[in-house]
Amino acid sequence: MPTFAQVNVGDALPAQDFPITRLNLVKYCGASGDFNYIHWSESFANDVGLPGVISHGMFTMAEAGRVVTDWIGDPGQLCEYSVRFTRPVAVPDDLVGTVISVSGTVAEKLEDNRVKVDLTATCKGETVLGRAYAIVRLP
Amino acid sequence: MALNPDFVGRTYPPVGTYQVGREKIREFATAIGDSNPLFHDVDAASAAGYVDVIAPPTFAFALAFQAMISVVSDPELGLDYSRVVHGEEKFIYARPIVAGDELVVSTVIDTIRAAAGNDMITVRSDIATVAGEHVVTTYSLTVARGTA
Repeated sequence: MPTFAQVNVGDALPAQDFPITRLNLVKYCGASGDFNYIHWSESFANDVGLPGVISHGMFTMAEAGRVVTDWIGDPGQLCEYSVRFTRPVAVPDDLVGTVISVSGTVAEKLEDNRVKVDLTATCKGETVLGRAYAIVRLP
Repeated sequence: MALNPDFVGRTYPPVGTYQVGREKIREFATAIGDSNPLFHDVDAASAAGYVDVIAPPTFAFALAFQAMISVVSDPELGLDYSRVVHGEEKFIYARPIVAGDELVVSTVIDTIRAAAGNDMITVRSDIATVAGEHVVTTYSLTVARGTA
């Protein structure tokens, strides 16, 4: 885990790519209890004007947060985590799916050894999370 | 039809208690592909100072989501669930959720507004132990597309 003293504003966290397939969405439906049809039924998703089955926003948020929690090691040191879902993440019905690319930058050093990290998440080059940030406590 | 702003402040009582299971945490962590040992390995969690495995940060939403169903399906509120997508989510943590926790979720409608033809409603869920210890608060913005 990085220490508060070691971290500087502008530091980049290790970026990560997260593949998403329909299998991930099915597992996430079961694990989260969110069985909304838009996450598994193509015909339903199309009927309500979506570009096909889309990822749970919370699945995208879970993946993006790993850039922060992998960096600090102990996810229990997360103080705050917030995102806006700016664009649906369409997940095609094949074994390839799609990929979310996530990067993070130290934006601010706060009191009590806390650090604000700004996150960027894109899918096919387009931003899928807006105003995404986490506040973590470092040793 | 736009949602009635008079519903701001309406509270929804806890839907029983939620018993946080170790295997449920592992299932959730596996579903998001996160192999952090603190989610899976009791010894690793113990070495980090926790009494059992901890839940991934966004696990709290699974609890809040159950409570939110009461809100989005409230016939008096009249939200069109078939048009709903998730707009924003924020967590404020006092501590991580730990296996063995017995939690209650108190839910309140925080804000209601309409913009660009969409209804937008923010639901706040305070998650605490049965003993009253605050664990995490979630703010969930739900957008009903084209219903306002």
